[in-house]
Amino acid sequence: MQLVIISGKGGTGKTTIAASFAYLSQDSIKCDCDVDASNLHIVLGGEDIEREPYIGAKAASIMPDKCIQCGACERMCRYDAIHDFKINPLKCEGCAACTVVCPANAIELKDEVTGDTLVTQTTRGILSRAHMIPGAEGSGKLVTDVRKKAKKYGTDEDLYLLDGTPGVGCAVMASITGCQGALIVVEPTQSGLSDFKRVLSVVHHFKVHPYICINKYDINERITKEIEAFCQEASIEVIGKIPFDTWVDTSINGLKPIVLYEESAAGHAIRDMWHDLQHKIG
Amino acid sequence: MKIAVISGKGGTGKTTVATNLATVMKATYVDCDVEEPNGFIFLKPDIKESLDVTIPVPTIDTDKCNHCKACVDICQFNALIHVDKVMVFEKLCHGCGACQAVCPTLAITEEERPIGRIQIGTYGEEGMACLSGTLNLTEPMAGPIISQLKGRLGQETSLIDCSPGTSCNVVKGLLDATYAILVTEPTAFGLHDLLLAIDLVEQMSIPFGIVINRVHESHNQVSLYCKSKGYTLLGEIPYDRQIATLYSNGELLVRQSQYKAMFHEIADGVKEAMACSSSL
Amino acid sequence: MKICISSTMDKEGAIADKRFGRCPYYAIYDQATKDYHFIENEGLAEAHGAGLKAAQTMVDQGVQVVITGNVGPNALRVLDAGHIKTFAMKGNKVEDQIKYYQAGELKEITTPGAPHGGKGRNGFGHQR
Repeated sequence: MQLVIISGKGGTGKTTIAASFAYLSQDSIKCDCDVDASNLHIVLGGEDIEREPYIGAKAASIMPDKCIQCGACERMCRYDAIHDFKINPLKCEGCAACTVVCPANAIELKDEVTGDTLVTQTTRGILSRAHMIPGAEGSGKLVTDVRKKAKKYGTDEDLYLLDGTPGVGCAVMASITGCQGALIVVEPTQSGLSDFKRVLSVVHHFKVHPYICINKYDINERITKEIEAFCQEASIEVIGKIPFDTWVDTSINGLKPIVLYEESAAGHAIRDMWHDLQHKIG
Repeated sequence: MKIAVISGKGGTGKTTVATNLATVMKATYVDCDVEEPNGFIFLKPDIKESLDVTIPVPTIDTDKCNHCKACVDICQFNALIHVDKVMVFEKLCHGCGACQAVCPTLAITEEERPIGRIQIGTYGEEGMACLSGTLNLTEPMAGPIISQLKGRLGQETSLIDCSPGTSCNVVKGLLDATYAILVTEPTAFGLHDLLLAIDLVEQMSIPFGIVINRVHESHNQVSLYCKSKGYTLLGEIPYDRQIATLYSNGELLVRQSQYKAMFHEIADGVKEAMACSSSL
Repeated sequence: MKICISSTMDKEGAIADKRFGRCPYYAIYDQATKDYHFIENEGLAEAHGAGLKAAQTMVDQGVQVVITGNVGPNALRVLDAGHIKTFAMKGNKVEDQIKYYQAGELKEITTPGAPHGGKGRNGFGHQR
């Protein structure tokens, strides 16, 4: 069983919930698919037991000793990546078009290490994650790699908890595909609502079962009602409503999951939601 | 003059800073977060123009094709497959033109395929220019939309609202920026992701300043870190329910005088920092 | 006739792999000689379109039948165009698949998708 926690936009509390679920389900295998800004390991701690360089891209490079400075590559490149017979790796798409037009065979595509994949032994089980070099492409391939690494530590019967990627792009699709359930964390804000609808259609596209959780539901009861009405209309289950709670910041700064704070209303709501969800996903 | 607004992670208030700052600076607002563009929710501009963003994809003339498979071999994105003829998988195509360049029989021509939209509008009585791009769902490539948005900018001061994180799409938003504003939160997560964002702007040699959002107390770990490193702290946006409510209703904060003053201060800090960095 | 099974290892007795595009090896069984021949999946390292690359490999190898766990829509289009039939695996060993196939016990895959235990193939392997 694979459950992914996603949100159309960042900052909706996705990792707060993922960290709590990770804590509550000690036996689950965790994947931090938010490869751009992975935070789960900050809360779960532990020791890295595996680290592997990740080759995420190819980039063209011009061999100066072969280059005859004809400029054909610069004219060919559609990404404005070549100037003065040098390639700007930040703009290069690795498409090889320049290698085709170079009359001197002076250009080659080289593998680029764009980050690392890591496996961390935390106090609450295995966590598979990645560290990306800033500015690199957080592609679906890296997410797929993180999920693949996690698979080595479990079987198909195990529960896999995935902290997904914000947005609706390629990496998001890679974290949703092949999951059985997706918990969508939404905030009751105008932008939260529109992002939620976008990410929901991606979840439907992959035929994954959606569950909705409204975080900070009490900051705007009007939009919360709007979300609930929308879900009812679409026969989608709202499985949790979490109140606005300043304990959440305390827990992030204390680097402990919110469910460990007895006084926290949000912590209790997340705990209840987890129990419900466990029954649902079996 | 392009000022890019970035954050190591999503949800820190990038759009809040970019939209409100654009209004007080009377700058062009550009929403380059094309996966989840939210700027127009707050600005509600009058849309003057709306156009498709397309990328060129190959079509293969089966009469001219000699089945040499050179196009299949050169395509780095596996968008071309040869069975009994060459099949084109449009969504994988990056529109680079390599297949056309390599084809010995000139069997390949290109057609434009839409992958998203750009909207252009004006905000307020002064007609502040606003641009926004939206990537069509299940399309993987945001890059061309960001490039097109930026291609429409001239010398005017513009605020570029970038994608969250530090991915290649953020790099595309940062390219040619004269200054970067990094928006973060005063938490351990915020600090962790801020360091990634700092890494990126330093790698690209773009001068930057930091705005901390949702501040409870001014002596937080992020502001202390900025002071210890000598980074420019442009401003701190307080953590209060009123801001959360304004935001949740899709309202600009500058409509309230106390917040307007706060964004004017941030704007002054940006101008000052930019004056310093350009005189270096 | 050649039958290809996505495999986790490059030897007989290997466990079959449910991923078509991102399995490490392909076991190619020749019905005439009753021999297995294993090839490495070069598409494993692809950032995009691993399933398509795998389908291209099937066409190039002259395979008529593919037995795997799940196939994305793009790859299925290619296999269809190459008149290659695709079947869903049963049990877990590579050699068992051949037995099941010859006994007519395997279900043909005609619609793309990720059944249980499916894994992300890549960022956008699932499209119409």
